[in-house]
Amino acid sequence: MSEVVSQAESENQGIGAPVRRREDLRFITGDGRYTDDINQPGQLYAAFCRSPYPRVRIDNIDASEALALPGVVAVYTGQQLVDDGLGDLPCGWMVKSKDGTEMISAPHPPMAATVANYVGEPYALVLAETLQIAKQAAELVDTDFTELNAVVDLAHASGSENIYEGIENNLAYEWALGDEDATKMAFARAAHVTTLDLTNNRLIPNALEPRACLGMYERGTGDYTLYTTSQNPHLERLVLSAFVQIAPEHKLRIIAPDVGGGFGSKIFIYSEETSVIWAAGKIKRPIKWVADRSESFLADAHGRDHITRAELAMDEMGRFTGLRVKTTANLGAYLSTFGSSVPTYLYGTLLAGQYKTPNIYVEVQGTYTNTAPVDAYRGAGRPEATYVVERIVDQAARELGKDPADLRRMNMIQPEDFPYETPVALTYDTGNYEASLDKALEMIDYAGFEARQAEAAERGKRRGIGLACYIEACGLAPSKLAIQLGAGVGLYESGEIRMNPTGSVSVFTGSHSHGQGHETTFAQVVSDKLGVSYDDVEVIHGDTGRMEFGLGTYGSRSLAVGGSALMVAAEKVIEKGRKIAAHMMQAQVDQVDFENGQFTLQDSNQSVSIQEVAFAAYVPADYPEDLEPGLTEKAFYDPNNFTYPAGTHVAEVEVDLETGVVQLVDFVAVDDFGHIINPLIVDGQVHGGVAQGAGQALMEHGIYDEYGQLQTGSFMDYTMPRADDLPDFRVDTTVTPCTHNPLGVKGCGEAGAIGSPAAIMNAVTHALGNKDISMPATPEKVWRAIRGE
Amino acid sequence: MYPFNYHKPASVSEAVSLFRNADDPMYLSGGMTLIPTMKQRLAAPTDLIDLSGIPEVSGIEVSADRVRVGAFTRHNDVVRSPEINKTLPVLSHLAGLIGDNQVRNRGTIGGSVANSDPSADYPAAVVGLGATVYTQDRSISGDEFFLNLFETALHPGEIITHIDFPVPTRAAYQKFPNPASRYAVVGVLIAEFAGTIRVGVTGAGPCACRASGMEEVLNQNLTVAALDAVEVPDAGFNSDLHASAEYRAHLVKVMARRALADLLGQ
Repeated sequence: MSEVVSQAESENQGIGAPVRRREDLRFITGDGRYTDDINQPGQLYAAFCRSPYPRVRIDNIDASEALALPGVVAVYTGQQLVDDGLGDLPCGWMVKSKDGTEMISAPHPPMAATVANYVGEPYALVLAETLQIAKQAAELVDTDFTELNAVVDLAHASGSENIYEGIENNLAYEWALGDEDATKMAFARAAHVTTLDLTNNRLIPNALEPRACLGMYERGTGDYTLYTTSQNPHLERLVLSAFVQIAPEHKLRIIAPDVGGGFGSKIFIYSEETSVIWAAGKIKRPIKWVADRSESFLADAHGRDHITRAELAMDEMGRFTGLRVKTTANLGAYLSTFGSSVPTYLYGTLLAGQYKTPNIYVEVQGTYTNTAPVDAYRGAGRPEATYVVERIVDQAARELGKDPADLRRMNMIQPEDFPYETPVALTYDTGNYEASLDKALEMIDYAGFEARQAEAAERGKRRGIGLACYIEACGLAPSKLAIQLGAGVGLYESGEIRMNPTGSVSVFTGSHSHGQGHETTFAQVVSDKLGVSYDDVEVIHGDTGRMEFGLGTYGSRSLAVGGSALMVAAEKVIEKGRKIAAHMMQAQVDQVDFENGQFTLQDSNQSVSIQEVAFAAYVPADYPEDLEPGLTEKAFYDPNNFTYPAGTHVAEVEVDLETGVVQLVDFVAVDDFGHIINPLIVDGQVHGGVAQGAGQALMEHGIYDEYGQLQTGSFMDYTMPRADDLPDFRVDTTVTPCTHNPLGVKGCGEAGAIGSPAAIMNAVTHALGNKDISMPATPEKVWRAIRGE
Repeated sequence: MYPFNYHKPASVSEAVSLFRNADDPMYLSGGMTLIPTMKQRLAAPTDLIDLSGIPEVSGIEVSADRVRVGAFTRHNDVVRSPEINKTLPVLSHLAGLIGDNQVRNRGTIGGSVANSDPSADYPAAVVGLGATVYTQDRSISGDEFFLNLFETALHPGEIITHIDFPVPTRAAYQKFPNPASRYAVVGVLIAEFAGTIRVGVTGAGPCACRASGMEEVLNQNLTVAALDAVEVPDAGFNSDLHASAEYRAHLVKVMARRALADLLGQ
């Protein structure tokens, strides 16, 4: 941190400076430009008819009454989209079962056509002159359904009736990773085995801005434009073109303007946006749709939802010798865009955690149910993996009578072990796990816990402390590896740097900011690298018409991959600039150095600024003959590994023994994100992530009743964490720079949500005298645990 | 939201007349329940009669033994009223626990009481303090006002004008908030009037009611320990995602103990 502070004190706005986010002024003064702020003359409003039942056959749709309502322009059914030749919404990651067979995707038309498979699934689209009319007309659409038996209970889904013909036991795949026999051997030889059953509760993302879109079609050119709340507009264009077949890529432009949060939920290609852009082409008028919060609850992809049995084998000393994990993962009714990869490659691969466990074997049953699709949500697989590893390690420590910190320390991968190849397919490049553990224990005053516990007891509260030493793989990541493992797209990122003639810089990135602050951090990176003023750098993103390509923002990849692409592009700008500068100074190229925005001739007092070089590039009066004019460069950066942020989170909770209320009273996070570009933004990311993790541990739970109805369909019942639920988080960092990207950075966007649920639940378990309860630790559940139920 | 006719009468009599002449009217007070319900298209009144322009239903009057609160008084006006804070601080405290600041800026005491939401806070005060609810036609004892879930003694078209709260010797309110909505899962208000104890409970059952078993015990022995002997049966109690009837019954006792400890200054 000292490095960061010294740069901050020098009022530098480059790398390492705690620059305030330039986008915040417009966001907090109401001047942001979100999809719903954009309107077109003559636009229609869309409302969707949604299945009221979890599993139905759609027998007949009678829209005559709706169409008779003045102001209603059209009603389109899911069947009409199919009849028009639109393809299914595809899953972008093919996962193979352990027997080598491909996963089985349930048919997923853009809107439900003949059957609907979860409550809230859209099956018809109403277009009207006003939103009120559209909503009213949607209620007038008269649909005959035949209710079919719904499969709702994840634990029993594989023995229930098949939802889809040809998908036996409702399993999309039975995936496995690791060496089963070696792991079995480790358990046979174990001196001690700890077993733990865990539930990872279903979460509903609830970004501040609901999903929205405005679809347009130009009659004159045949061009489609879709403004939408997307984390990855190019990917959306690719899918809508190549798979759904709305229009070829060059005739389809996707613009994601200011987007108010995503947390993963806006990665995916959904029914509503797809139907709207298709309908805009049919009706040849712009169409606006904005989800209301109730629709978001029902039809945004949900997160998590695992049932797991984990077993940890240890030798006499407590060294981990084997980990065996069996997980039933809820995929919902369909394989959403990346739904298949989250409980497999983003989960099973992280089960080594920070430890040298030599044998690991994991099996995952990807299971269909008649619930909303489940896909990536902040952390996506890694929180689930961390929850398994860090809960069972704590449990093992208690069973062995060891201090949980000591047991972890004894099993940790050491700095000299890197690069460290895990038994579950990853190679960690660098880290120093004990450093973050030590710092976190010092910050929380681990040794002083008993005194705090005694003081709490006097107030009738039972205090507990819990650790989580997490690791995650992010900065997604090497395209070749991902494609080998089934990904349907590469995972590089693009960037372009345009030096404008008068010296300002326009930066184009394929990453997308929906709250992360790229407009600030990327400007810091480029201004630092090119030696130009931070205020002279503008960052542009989120428009397939303005940037060449991009894979967008998810998996904490923007800085590590998108930022690295900009570093490479900036290097190209400097190299071309060096040639121009050499010409200007009548010198050889290799005699010209570049530093702080100045090209300097070695052993002389001659120099030209990068701005002068840019001007010469665009006004090439006296210019190298073999060089093209202009000073704009682009780069695609494909990392050769993930980045591996890691750290220690420590939670302290107090349990009210009378009511069962758990209060999170202290939280320390020490994270290793490698080099830090903007410590303010990193702190903010950790705070936000920990708040979401605390939500998962103590409050949030997406619950369907036995009839498949969502019981937590509003903020009246779905408990979002609020500021007054949370203590002041105390965060700090340790630094081992990433070894393989030019910035030495690791992703920081998800870590808070990855480490914190396990830390908090370990603290709750500790407070309850080692009684294990399932997340979230809600008051009545805790009260019953206290009563010994 | 479905279309409706909007009216803003200047007097209670005008409001009542509008009500009688409309198809399916509703009075709009703070709108903290009604507006979201309409936006979700779960309520569709033909006529919305906005009570915000009626001087007769606003204002706070405080005397030594009575606090009169106009029905249109916003929650935050009760929270901030120096007179109420001095004479009946339990009411300001309770109002400060309702919803969030936005709700407290808009919501009104009359709207809350007339709605008889089983998990609203104000009903605990109406019952626990033995308030009297006044309408344009009559006065209704707080004990007889709440009849059931969203059901009160009000006749169709009847408007609450104000509520009179007698000033107790001392009183306290404790609430267990729903973690999601912050409504009361259980709220208990205990008040002492010249040696007589009243206990009002909200959240537990279909509507606010007195806990007569607790009152009997506390009238004999005003100690927290005395409450231990009281059985709180959960028959008829609400049960939802956040609290079973059994847990609610337990919370009634815990909140009562805490309220009593507050009341006794312990």
